Amino acid sequence: MSWWLLYKNKDADDELNLTDLGSVMGKGQIVAGCIAPHPPHLVYAENPPQNEPVAEGGWEQLRWGYERLRDSLADKEYDAIVLLSPHWQTYVGTHFLGLPQFEGLSVDPIFPNLFRYHYDMTVDVELAKAIHDEAEAAGLPVKMMENPDFRVDYGTITTGHLFNPDWDKPIVVISSNRSTAYYSVEVMQEIMVELGKATRKAIEASGKKVVVLASNSLSHRHFTTESEMPEDMSKEHITSHAMHLWDMRIIEYMRTGQSQRILDEMPEFTEQAIAESDGGGISWLLSTLDTPDYPAILHGYGTIIGTGNAVVEWPCYQHEVTAA
Amino acid sequence: MSEGGIVASFVVPVHPHTVLAPDQNPGWRKLRDAYDDAAATIKDLNADLIIIYSTTWPSIIGHQIQADPNPEWVLVDHDFHDLGSISYSFNIDAAFAHAWNDASEKRGLQSRCVNYKGFPIDVGSVVALTLLNPDNKIPAVIVSSNMYANRSETTVLAKSCLDVVKAQGRRAVAVTAMSLSNRMFTDFIDAKQDKIHSLKDDEWNRKILEFLEQGRMEDVGQLSRTIHQQIRVQKVVAFKPMWWLSAMNGNRNDLTGKVLAYEAIHGAGCAVVHIDPTPSGAGEKEYDEDDVEYFHGERGVLDSGEEDSADTQHEHEQPSDGGQKIERNGPALWDPTEAEGSVNTDAAPKPVGAYPHARKVGDMLFLSGVGPRQPGTNAIPGGPIHDENGEPLDYDIKAQTHAVVDNVKRIVEEAGATMDQVVDVTTFLVDMKRDFSGYNEVWAQTLGKVGPTRTTLAIDALPTPIAVEMKVIVHLGE
Repeated sequence: MSWWLLYKNKDADDELNLTDLGSVMGKGQIVAGCIAPHPPHLVYAENPPQNEPVAEGGWEQLRWGYERLRDSLADKEYDAIVLLSPHWQTYVGTHFLGLPQFEGLSVDPIFPNLFRYHYDMTVDVELAKAIHDEAEAAGLPVKMMENPDFRVDYGTITTGHLFNPDWDKPIVVISSNRSTAYYSVEVMQEIMVELGKATRKAIEASGKKVVVLASNSLSHRHFTTESEMPEDMSKEHITSHAMHLWDMRIIEYMRTGQSQRILDEMPEFTEQAIAESDGGGISWLLSTLDTPDYPAILHGYGTIIGTGNAVVEWPCYQHEVTAA
Repeated sequence: MSEGGIVASFVVPVHPHTVLAPDQNPGWRKLRDAYDDAAATIKDLNADLIIIYSTTWPSIIGHQIQADPNPEWVLVDHDFHDLGSISYSFNIDAAFAHAWNDASEKRGLQSRCVNYKGFPIDVGSVVALTLLNPDNKIPAVIVSSNMYANRSETTVLAKSCLDVVKAQGRRAVAVTAMSLSNRMFTDFIDAKQDKIHSLKDDEWNRKILEFLEQGRMEDVGQLSRTIHQQIRVQKVVAFKPMWWLSAMNGNRNDLTGKVLAYEAIHGAGCAVVHIDPTPSGAGEKEYDEDDVEYFHGERGVLDSGEEDSADTQHEHEQPSDGGQKIERNGPALWDPTEAEGSVNTDAAPKPVGAYPHARKVGDMLFLSGVGPRQPGTNAIPGGPIHDENGEPLDYDIKAQTHAVVDNVKRIVEEAGATMDQVVDVTTFLVDMKRDFSGYNEVWAQTLGKVGPTRTTLAIDALPTPIAVEMKVIVHLGE
């Protein structure tokens, strides 16, 4: 039993048994878990010095959402970021960046006109290896990525930049195992729930304070044309009313602490909203957070080239017992 | 300058094993040797252009065409990074890329050239160009695989490419970088134990290769949707490269094919196939799907809210390049609804209300009323029955009836069924006295040969200016 479950069950006891708690929890802690979408448009619109193209703004609702997320966690101490990216797609197991430093130029193969970003990131290899080992012990196929020529995917870089523009925290990057592409959303979710449990276990054992990020959109039907000026917000809207309804339904579950319903409806959501949840990020995140039954904070919602995107935070620090 | 054309086509695998680790498995070595044979053939043919359609370069905003004259970088595969890195420096024909882009736009496609330092050329293109063009002497061009593109869009993409090949008098080689079955093992395996993922995948692969060896490229294209459903990972990249390659070869079934190798790479079906345009003598066979010249599909969606605001539209849209008119004589068009079991296709005309093209219930398929309007253009073969002011027009009931049957066929086939599974038809005619005879004649030539039960009713009017509509029921079972 995790220390969070011990805490949740404490009402059955007169008082939380801190001795038992201490025996299982180690000193690691998940400070917060977030859905942090990665469309490159958000970086493009912000004009950071690392990105070559220049924009006249755009997608402010989401960029300000990221700003609110950063403000929300500004006074929280944490040691590392753990991020699962649907744009590092692996079909043979789950992979982890396994070298301490990656730098180079990331060009989005789909929107190269928007995203040509010079990155330099530090990896928490120790924590990555710890999650790798826990996942392996749970029976999942896993591999450390130790090729120095590897180019980090743009989803990781976009979410990494928007969550932490200073890049001053080491990061663990987990690939998206495309199990759903072979079998079904249900199989994907089984694997991702196991990976989430392993992630949580490794974090708890690591003694580190960690923020967990699922780099994910919600509904994911794109427009197939682009405005002459991509940041022309008069052209931006959800692709269909059905997509809007699905996005709001899932966000409402998040806002009202109904994580289990999100997991229960994942197959329908993924299929009918063509949702990016097929990459497993949301299932993994909710599992890592132990399927939270407390409300998440919606920092922002908006569409990007028709897809639905939300910046959402589960403030674990308010709900879980701290080790300190 | 002589007219250019396709001097050879190749199907080649995408995974990096043939470059980085051919000797770890005898099958990988066979694929590598076949790749080398293909490179020698291309050299012997004096080809002056290699055109790569890569399934590992997905795109969203139409098709993208590589236009950096000399892209250089180091590729590491997302899955097989432990095999090593592939440095590349390619010779891209940027002028051809731009001409292809222009030709695509003229045919109604959304496309764009990309020319950015550090652009991540995909693994399929890197492997194919590294092995097929080892000394980099032959200029190349690479095009993406649009994740939303349907058959018509992919076919028109090939035709726009051929426009330029012919105009420039090029001796071009067309290459699809692709797997056959693309299901890999989901766990790590000993390289020596590699094999096709499943017997079913293997059997489908061998059937595809049998067709290709017989030069039946168009037949493979016709089977593309079925193949995708049977042996392909479902999302992102369908088995659409065969649409492209078939169109690049004139949608023929009398080509000369040769399978140079067929092996597994981590479970996926991988083959090197040479398609020679020389007629095999087998004779041209029926080509029974629309041979699309101009793309009329979903475009301009960013403006759809403004366009659809009117309840009734009567304007005739004329593309700036002189393409076909989009007829708007009638009610506004809707996207088909997508409730459970719905079957919808871009190959059928858009609905005039909130309903799907068809809906499956158990082993039955129920079609919404189908008229003769054409997908994309909304035109009515045989002409409308009245003009925009309601004044009667002369029209051809036989042409309208043929068009209805064609639309029914497209919807039925989208559901994975065939016309001989149609069991019941209700036909609505707006002028029984005038039209029954002509309609009945076309019926006898088409659905009458299948033998469904039929009821024909006279009605006052239909929502669009058409004379005939059919309500069809299909039994999907044995």
